[in-house]
Amino acid sequence: MPRVVVDVMLKPEILDPQGKAVHGALERLGFDGISAVRQGKRFEIELDGKEASDAVAEIEEAASTLLANPVIEDFDVRVEP
Amino acid sequence: MRIGVVTFPGSLDDGDALRAVRLSAGEAVPLWHGEPDVRDVDAVVLPGGFAYGDYLRCGAIARFAPIMESVIDAARGGMPVLGICNGFQVLCEAHLLPGALVRNDRRKFVCRDQRLRIENARTLWTSSYTAGQEIVVPVKNGEGGYVADEPTLDRLEAERRVVARYAGENPNGSYRDIAGVVNERGNVVGLMPHPEHAVDELTGPSTDGLGFFTSVLESVVGA
Repeated sequence: MPRVVVDVMLKPEILDPQGKAVHGALERLGFDGISAVRQGKRFEIELDGKEASDAVAEIEEAASTLLANPVIEDFDVRVEP
Repeated sequence: MRIGVVTFPGSLDDGDALRAVRLSAGEAVPLWHGEPDVRDVDAVVLPGGFAYGDYLRCGAIARFAPIMESVIDAARGGMPVLGICNGFQVLCEAHLLPGALVRNDRRKFVCRDQRLRIENARTLWTSSYTAGQEIVVPVKNGEGGYVADEPTLDRLEAERRVVARYAGENPNGSYRDIAGVVNERGNVVGLMPHPEHAVDELTGPSTDGLGFFTSVLESVVGA
């Protein structure tokens, strides 16, 4: 089944306390050499029959309408091979 | 005057908001998120809580609730709308107010009595106060950090659209200590702290919150 993946990340200028907390935990566990962690969301969207490449424009609209808040987040839409 | 309070699945403070309206001598009208419109109310309050579990982002799904189309139309038409806490998040997600609310910078849920400074007493929801007045109302949020880009913040300041600021310690990392903002027209206000919890000496830290509700009653009666 064709699948479109949408990744949503907080914009670089927006503070990400969750990513910071994860970074702190990684350091405590001894995973050193990590300078920063930012946490995002991944949506896997299964398509019903439609060709994935045809659906990209529609999924981009869905991403900017609901999946991401463009005020604070950037998103990336791609077709999963 | 009939003031509607919308209950979403996951709303918590709808009961207190209805009570605050009654204590201010308004007629409190419970509205359900699944209703097609706001009926014949004169103003709407979107209460605090965790509408739709705050799934995806706070307010992101509530913003598309059936009743919201009517709330958004009415707000654009000039009806007074107040979003408190989760309601503020819904108004930002609906793009009725600029900016967004993100996780507290200190990574903790904050619940305490909070001093606020009323910065703009000319909105439909703050006319009972005077500019510069300090009030104490509860604040309780995990994702209450107000953010917007610098040009937006500068515009809000220049147009006096910061309604209230945190006085004393900023509880959540909100840019420029912003606790509440208003739209260009002055009828839609979003506020992260909870005036509806400060309407009775028995249960709140003060009765300072009543002013938000008496303001809208006066402004609409006087209009």
